[in-house]
Amino acid sequence: MSSHLESLVDLSAVDLGRKLRSKEVSCQEVTTAFLDRINAHDAKIGSFLALNQEECMSATKEAQQLIDSGEGGALCGVPIAVKDNISTKGLETTCASKILKGYIPPFDATVIKAVRRSGMPILGKTNMDEFAMGASTETSAYKIAHNPWDLERSPGGSSGGSAASVAARLAPISLGSDTGGSIRQPASLCGTVGFKPTYGRCSRYGLVAFASSLDQIGPFGRSVEDVAELAQVVTGYDPMDCTSRELGPISTKDLKNGSLKGTKVGIIKETLGEGTDGSVKSVFESAVSLLSQAGAQIEEVSIPSLNYGVTTYYIIAPAEASSNLARFDGIRYGPRSEGSGHVHMVEKTRAEGFGKEVKTRIMIGTYALSAGYYDAFYVRAQTVRAKMTQELNQAFSGFDVLISPTSPIPSFKLGSLMDDPLALKVLDFCTIPANMAGIPGISLNCGFTSGLPVGMQILAPQCQDEKLLQMAYCFEQTLPTILAWPDLG
Amino acid sequence: MASYLASVGMEVHAELSTNSKMFCRCPVAFGGEPNTRVCPICLGLPGTLPKPNKAAVIAVLRTALALNCKIAMHSIFHRKNYFYPDLPKGYQVSQYEETNPIGYHGYLDVPMQDGTLHRVRIRRVHLEEDTGKLIHLPGGGSGVDYNRAGVPLMEVVTDFPPDITNPEQAKEYLATLRQILIYLGVCDGKMEEGSLRCEPNISVRKETDEKLGNKTELKNLNSFKSVSLGVAFEVRRQIATIEAGERVVQETRGWNEAKEASYSMRIKEAENDYRYFPDPDLVPMEFEEAFIEELRASLPELPHVKRERYQSSLGLSPYDAGVLTSEKELAAYFEETVAMGGDPKLVCNWMTGELAKLLNESGQSITETKIRPSHILDLLKLLSSGSINGKTAKSVFAESFQSGRLPSDLVAESGATQISDSGAIDAAVQKVLGAHPDIVAKYKSGQTNVIGFLVGQVMKETQGRANPPMVQQAVKSALET
Repeated sequence: MSSHLESLVDLSAVDLGRKLRSKEVSCQEVTTAFLDRINAHDAKIGSFLALNQEECMSATKEAQQLIDSGEGGALCGVPIAVKDNISTKGLETTCASKILKGYIPPFDATVIKAVRRSGMPILGKTNMDEFAMGASTETSAYKIAHNPWDLERSPGGSSGGSAASVAARLAPISLGSDTGGSIRQPASLCGTVGFKPTYGRCSRYGLVAFASSLDQIGPFGRSVEDVAELAQVVTGYDPMDCTSRELGPISTKDLKNGSLKGTKVGIIKETLGEGTDGSVKSVFESAVSLLSQAGAQIEEVSIPSLNYGVTTYYIIAPAEASSNLARFDGIRYGPRSEGSGHVHMVEKTRAEGFGKEVKTRIMIGTYALSAGYYDAFYVRAQTVRAKMTQELNQAFSGFDVLISPTSPIPSFKLGSLMDDPLALKVLDFCTIPANMAGIPGISLNCGFTSGLPVGMQILAPQCQDEKLLQMAYCFEQTLPTILAWPDLG
Repeated sequence: MASYLASVGMEVHAELSTNSKMFCRCPVAFGGEPNTRVCPICLGLPGTLPKPNKAAVIAVLRTALALNCKIAMHSIFHRKNYFYPDLPKGYQVSQYEETNPIGYHGYLDVPMQDGTLHRVRIRRVHLEEDTGKLIHLPGGGSGVDYNRAGVPLMEVVTDFPPDITNPEQAKEYLATLRQILIYLGVCDGKMEEGSLRCEPNISVRKETDEKLGNKTELKNLNSFKSVSLGVAFEVRRQIATIEAGERVVQETRGWNEAKEASYSMRIKEAENDYRYFPDPDLVPMEFEEAFIEELRASLPELPHVKRERYQSSLGLSPYDAGVLTSEKELAAYFEETVAMGGDPKLVCNWMTGELAKLLNESGQSITETKIRPSHILDLLKLLSSGSINGKTAKSVFAESFQSGRLPSDLVAESGATQISDSGAIDAAVQKVLGAHPDIVAKYKSGQTNVIGFLVGQVMKETQGRANPPMVQQAVKSALET
């Protein structure tokens, strides 16, 4: 292979799109470059559960036609990796669970329709924690994913495969889903940008539900601009999702028109407490001083109810999950275990099909919704959620954006936290509030500690996704840039 | 034996006659090959989301208003979680009874056979989705047909403690409710097809007891007859159980139509825990006062109001008013005929008499028959002008029923118009008197009742077309001259 083609994988998605439109490269060359790289290196990373080689190549032809006819958009012809909980017509969608082994959706998720319309070939489906329940991609029923920066470490989760594939340059861009931090946390651990839009700006139709009131699909990329362009493709009102907001797609028109000068930035005090690693704090604080030098007005702000975020999340999310996952009974799709009578059959199918973490959460959620416990758990959790939303909104009255470290720790050794479920769950401390309040959040790299990326999270008020991306773009210009992505040998 | 009181709570499920299902656009229809009216949404495929059917919400609002309910201006869907193969999502989208059903605190005045009204309070009217159906396969094993899954289902539940205390009230309540649903056009009311399903909760207690006894829920009641038979059976069975010194077991029982007996289906030891919680995939329904008032104003005239009006302003008997309002189409037919100028009483007589008889014999319905209001009017005109007599009218009407042609056309064609020409009548009279001298002699000897025979003979001579009062008069005067 020529070095010209090898270097394609180094380009950002937007640059690839530009080269495609100027006919410097063809769609086929671009997609082939990434497929070849996946075939050569993904065994080390484990970011893909399934590849879509054939269909992907035929999609490149359609993309090329769009480009040739002058109708290709910014990302036309740019291949994409998709988290395995997003329904893809004709392509196995398992949520990294045995209970959906062999399940091929007969329809496309709304975001997938948009991706296909834009001429983005789908490389394959990415690894994840089973049903998005986890923060390390270790609960995947199929394989473990590795962090490209250190193969002995986790890429984070649950969208670990989507983050790792972008960091490893196996895909220029990808889609993940975020219920409590599942886009932002792995983005942070892998050094990529990861964006969770405002709840309702991106249709959930076709996203296999984990916790319906918290789930949101969003993009990963190696730059804010890449992520913003993909956000523009996949967002917008969808009549198939009645929780979808009646707003147009997220616009990238003013992405580069922002300035840090005079921007009011609030550092969320609670996220820099004892739970946050000293190394993360120091990288974060150096980044903050760079922002300050660039003219941002930075102050601390306290949001006391955030201390209840993890507890609240672990009531609401499992409660909704216990109901959302009830449909996996082996009757209409997926593997079915033999049993005597339907009750036994369903019990066995679920006992054999779900992994331990999923079962644990189903049990927690079932308990939280049970008569006699509902008020004490579910109703109270919703009350705290409302309080948290209110406190966040109040904080935004004094600040344009709020910032925090994305994850309290950098990437951790695989297996090191699996026996300590609580430690793993506390990793979502900084990211959960955005899901609770339905506000947009983004994570971008703000430096390294011992060779591991550290992410900064930026939060904005509901529906100010454009403003958030604009700020993130300014931050990106100010913060240190990743010059060399991991070399996979 | 002690004296017992029965209490019957009624839970009625009505499939709404919407074009499409509750949360997807699959068509709603009865029967069909299994799993031919399904899509990813009503099959509950992973990642699908519900999209509420506004027509179904409006149907429930209209029903709630017709049942004098209060309307929850903020109403939410809950998930009712349980596992069953006919339930595609592992939960049913429903409304939790304690909070925000679309309609609540209403009542229905049920007309009883003795002419009195019996008020039954309504606890709630809510909206949910139907389940699929289990099918036992001929070769063994079971299959599931999801054609019915997701069809909008309205639940109407009576209040507690129950106002219904006997089988007749139960049956009349259901009949009255069904009639209203059909009038509103929200449900076809077909019990045999399962689009209207009734599950009474029955308990008995000694007259001296305050507290209601253990209740049983009765399922598989497919007709009005089975509702009254089933309730009566359960009341008898429960009384016999108590009289035998045993306890009534709280359970769900099925109704065996052939044996006319109930049987135990499953014991309800405790209330199932359905883990209700607000469905996060659906947004709350917010209704505006003005919209509700608009719906209220656009409700059709309901059967009881119609019945009252037919009596008070059209002068019909309570019985006739009841018959004409028993079906929406019958009332519409009647009103159309009257609006076109028909005398209400005469129209009613023809509808409830000859037309009802012919419909009954032919198995046709009022919407199918070729006799339209214009036919009735045409016939009434022929009668009032004296062109035909009552007897001819019946035969012409029967012919019209068969062919669909106007009675006046038939009469003109056959020359069957009434003979009111005195010359023609006199000629016939003379002929008959000449043919029956013996009878004439009898009359003259004082046996005046033989005149009937002579009149009959004259009618026969004129093929029944002679004007009967004129014949009567002509025979009499001929005999007495």
